[in-house]
Amino acid sequence: MSFGQSIIFNEIQGVSHQMKILVPIKRVIDANIKVRVKSDQSGVELNNVKMAMNPFCEIAVEAALRLREAGEAEEVIVVCAGPANGKETLRTALAMGADRAIHIESEDSPEPLAVAKLLKAVVEREKPGLVILGKQAIDGDNNQTGQMLSALLNWSLGTFISRLSVEDGAFHVTREVDGGLENLKLSGPAVVTVDLRLNEPRYASLPNIMKAKKKPMEELTAAALDVDITPRLTVLKVEAPASRSAGVRVHDAAELVDKLKNEAKVI
Amino acid sequence: MDLELSDEQRLLADSLKAFVDSELMPFEAVTDRAGEVSPELGRQIVDKALALGFYAANLPESVGGGGLDNASLAIMERELGKVTHALHGYVWRPTELLLACEGDQIERYLTPCIRGEKTECFAVTEPGAGSDILSMSTRATQKGGDWIVNGSKHFISSHVLPDFAIVFAVTGEDETDRGPRKRITAFLVDRGQQGFDIQRGPRSVSQRAYPTYVLSFNDCRLGAGQVLGCEGQGLELADKWIKMGRVWVGANCCGRAERLLELSVDWAATRKQFGQSIGRFQGTSFKLADMVTELQAADLLVMHAARKADAGTMVPADAAMAKLYASEMLQRVADNAVQIFGGMGLMEEMPIERLWRDSRLDRIWEGTSEIQRHIISRHVLRQRDG
Repeated sequence: MSFGQSIIFNEIQGVSHQMKILVPIKRVIDANIKVRVKSDQSGVELNNVKMAMNPFCEIAVEAALRLREAGEAEEVIVVCAGPANGKETLRTALAMGADRAIHIESEDSPEPLAVAKLLKAVVEREKPGLVILGKQAIDGDNNQTGQMLSALLNWSLGTFISRLSVEDGAFHVTREVDGGLENLKLSGPAVVTVDLRLNEPRYASLPNIMKAKKKPMEELTAAALDVDITPRLTVLKVEAPASRSAGVRVHDAAELVDKLKNEAKVI
Repeated sequence: MDLELSDEQRLLADSLKAFVDSELMPFEAVTDRAGEVSPELGRQIVDKALALGFYAANLPESVGGGGLDNASLAIMERELGKVTHALHGYVWRPTELLLACEGDQIERYLTPCIRGEKTECFAVTEPGAGSDILSMSTRATQKGGDWIVNGSKHFISSHVLPDFAIVFAVTGEDETDRGPRKRITAFLVDRGQQGFDIQRGPRSVSQRAYPTYVLSFNDCRLGAGQVLGCEGQGLELADKWIKMGRVWVGANCCGRAERLLELSVDWAATRKQFGQSIGRFQGTSFKLADMVTELQAADLLVMHAARKADAGTMVPADAAMAKLYASEMLQRVADNAVQIFGGMGLMEEMPIERLWRDSRLDRIWEGTSEIQRHIISRHVLRQRDG
């Protein structure tokens, strides 16, 4: 560890119990709904479709709440960028126990880079010690925002984490990588993106549901944050995946090997 | 469900749905088959419901309850109603009658019920007194300063063996313009009290794991402090509870109907016969159209009654209409679901047969469909002196 990193390390250690945690969340189509492509192929149908908080974002909120409850953080701030109904999703996070919310309203859901830029602006205002995001949203499956945010901020990054703790002023994370598990110690401030096995999000309790409405919700715009969110990507066409044809039943292993060799040509 | 919910009500519905799906639903088939819920499982549900503030959500915050209004309670009953009574009973809403507790009754009965330490049951029905409450024959006579209770109650349902019963007994007769009328008084009777016996009653085809009890009183001696409310005011007390109880049954029915509808829509969209999904046959699709339309109508009736109750303008006919329509809607929805599923609808591997069996009870308890129609018809005829 270089001398420079060690200074950051000590600063964080000194303020850890007053640390703010920022949790960006996304509103997506409910995971139980079967998604339909619009007839003009411009996107997926969102009208009259049940929406919910992205499941990975729920895990991120839960992780932040647990750190606050363990005395490692003082405040959990949730932020959402997108259309006005994102406030509903923020209320859900407040009912889970987050302390306050920020909504950055825009007509459409901004692209990952635009979201990362908006979040950078929010980080500069709020100065959190840790940003916890879902590893990806289940709608676009882009898996980009957390990584882009850490690059823009030049902060430590731990992606796909299944364990998170604060020890000696550093963030200890376990990453779920292709080859198994990777343990990292991140000096703060840091950005982490969470995987499915990190925790099981809580149910909103009745007292917290009742408190949610009274919690502050700040309304911002991209313009107020001086961020250009003009789309850089053009969607040409959205199509449903091609339906797969039914499989074939083989009678014995010999027939299977034969088919793999001569039909599928994979062995 | 399209019921113009507030933010809090939507959050409550979402949270309860997640709770029911993960904490109750996985135990439904096995407990129904076993005919009971184990005490360990029951305790686990109670503890989780207490921690989440769902337990006793119906009682005012001033006594330690959740302080929900009636519209929010209707949403709660709708979500909890999706699962069997045997399980959702453990997310208990103690009877509002307990708010009549006074003096040391508060510490002995009301508070422990709110904390999940004691459970009450509500004992009105007798073998000879069902819909006709006033025909009850359980009597309490005064002896010295005490009351001596004799008689029996049956069909006293409770998710768990109750710690005490709120027992309604005849304590005298009043002369009224329309002739003599029994004075009915509510008593708090502890299990274990000498002269009070409680046994599990016969098993039912509906709600199999939700027990009913038979209560017997044989010279059961109660102190004056065991009267709940005032002597002779029992029916007025009971009326408060029964009134909203009907709306809650209606809400439970809507929850179960929604579950049946979702199962039926999934099945109709995926089950293929004659080369296409059965939902493409009009015989099936029109059933689905009726099911969803009637569910929406029942939901609106239930929420209408609950919102009127919050505004203080609900009349008994509002609750009766919600209960009557929702319970009869559920029966039609359940029957249609069985028909759409065909043979699979009757197999124990699917929840359809259980929901269908259970739906039969809802047209009977909390006032039969006939009693509801009586209340509704009297409401309109009375306006013309009919």
